[in-house]
Amino acid sequence: MMMVQMMKNKSKWYTIPYYLWIALFVIAPVLLIVYYSFFDIEDKLTLSNYAKFFTPVYLKMTLNSFWYAFLITFFSLVIAYPTAYILTKTKHKQLWLLLIILPSWINLLLKAYAFLGIFGTYGATNEVLEFLGIGKQQILFTDFSFLFVSVYIFIPFMILPIFNALEKLNPTLVDASKDLGASAWTTFAKVIFPLTVDGVKSGCQAVFIPALSLFMITRLIAGNRVITLGTAIEQHFLITQDWGMGSTIAVFLIIIMIVIMMLTGSKKERGVR
Amino acid sequence: MKKLSKISVLYLVLVFIILYAPIFYLIFYSFNSGGTMNNFQNFTWKWYKELFQDTRLLVIVLNTVIIALLSASIATIIGVFGAISISMMRRKQLRNTILSLNNVLIVSPDVIIGASFLIFFTILGIKLGFVSVLLSHIAFCIPIVVIMVLPKLQEMSPTLMDAAFDLGASWREVLSKVILPYIAPGIYAGFFMALTYSLDDFAVTFFVTGNGFSTLSVEIYSLARRGISLNINALSALLFFITLLLVIGYYFVSKRAVRRHKTGVNQ
Repeated sequence: MMMVQMMKNKSKWYTIPYYLWIALFVIAPVLLIVYYSFFDIEDKLTLSNYAKFFTPVYLKMTLNSFWYAFLITFFSLVIAYPTAYILTKTKHKQLWLLLIILPSWINLLLKAYAFLGIFGTYGATNEVLEFLGIGKQQILFTDFSFLFVSVYIFIPFMILPIFNALEKLNPTLVDASKDLGASAWTTFAKVIFPLTVDGVKSGCQAVFIPALSLFMITRLIAGNRVITLGTAIEQHFLITQDWGMGSTIAVFLIIIMIVIMMLTGSKKERGVR
Repeated sequence: MKKLSKISVLYLVLVFIILYAPIFYLIFYSFNSGGTMNNFQNFTWKWYKELFQDTRLLVIVLNTVIIALLSASIATIIGVFGAISISMMRRKQLRNTILSLNNVLIVSPDVIIGASFLIFFTILGIKLGFVSVLLSHIAFCIPIVVIMVLPKLQEMSPTLMDAAFDLGASWREVLSKVILPYIAPGIYAGFFMALTYSLDDFAVTFFVTGNGFSTLSVEIYSLARRGISLNINALSALLFFITLLLVIGYYFVSKRAVRRHKTGVNQ
């Protein structure tokens, strides 16, 4: 123990950059965001940004953003859970998992760009629709295309934690449930799902928070029609240069994020203690 | 083990098709002489040739790679020492606090990281460009390295270090001959993750980059906002194969590391 203590003292110099990083790039930026949220566009100290946030325009935008994030998370979960479940039953499951994760390593913007072609007026989807006799539809710049592309991008992030949770599940429990006469559905609802709910929670966390703050997909696919909290922050910082209002929205996004993390992470921490 | 039912296989195949279709769609049309992402006309290498003649784009690719390698390396060095420092903390309260602070940048949405860094650099008077992008990338890579290295440090038995000290090793020797070799797989994994995070990042870079400096993601965004150009398709085909090679390489390296680790235990 004393040796370790000694080592700790001697190695202190090496850890300075790390603590400097915490101070400068973790704590300071958050404080700066809070600080800026009290200034309006003319650099006057004011609470007007907060007052503005509680006007119908911004509240509606927040609700909208929540609604879209909820839909994205919901559809990702509905598609990802069965996928993860089937994956755990395959031979060479690590390889299949790797193949599922691989598309998430392709630059997000390239994937969004691909959908510009696929959903375009003369794109593949419209050709199929025409072939089926439905005729051309406006797909790009609609809610549907925004949701589809977002779900597409987030699915791997949902599959991974659920897969890991399913892997940890003791298979004898499932056998026991079946031996005791439970139907497949009961086994799923009463045994498998409750035991993998931690994976579901971390998956939802990994999807919901980024989904609230998406802005590039909104701009490229939804064509400014769908405004999310992320789009609003980007707009205030980079286009209208109203950093104060942008910071205020960011403050609320941070608060929302903390609440979500407390909701989805509570069980794990209890387990640790 | 039961065989998979037909419906399960069909479902899985469908998910795979949907996940890969857009990527192959992009690659397919990169050979289209027609110039749009529909109506495949004739096979051509035209877009690839154009890509390799576009020096501006090549400079951007180079920038992206330099930023990724530099930020991942620096973040790995800082992160490894951070992880060692966290693992040696005795007080649980302090340790949990530091860990939470460490994870802030992992869970924060990119927009917030980007916006707050933009304020930070502006206040410090750091010119937006190479330096601000590099610093930001280092900043969001550090916690990933810590997260990847920490489990390795925790599974290392403290008696290993005590033994080394008892045998008269200096702390520098303990570090280089005991700790670092033991946690090496974690360090590689952390470095690799940092590399992919840096290569992939768009939002943070978009906020903190200035006029003269651009990375690939930012460039793709501005090109894509202008509409379809098959240069991007050619570029994405190349990137896809590079990613594929990297992932396959990583898969085998990590498999070998696991095997080596296992045989080491057996001996």
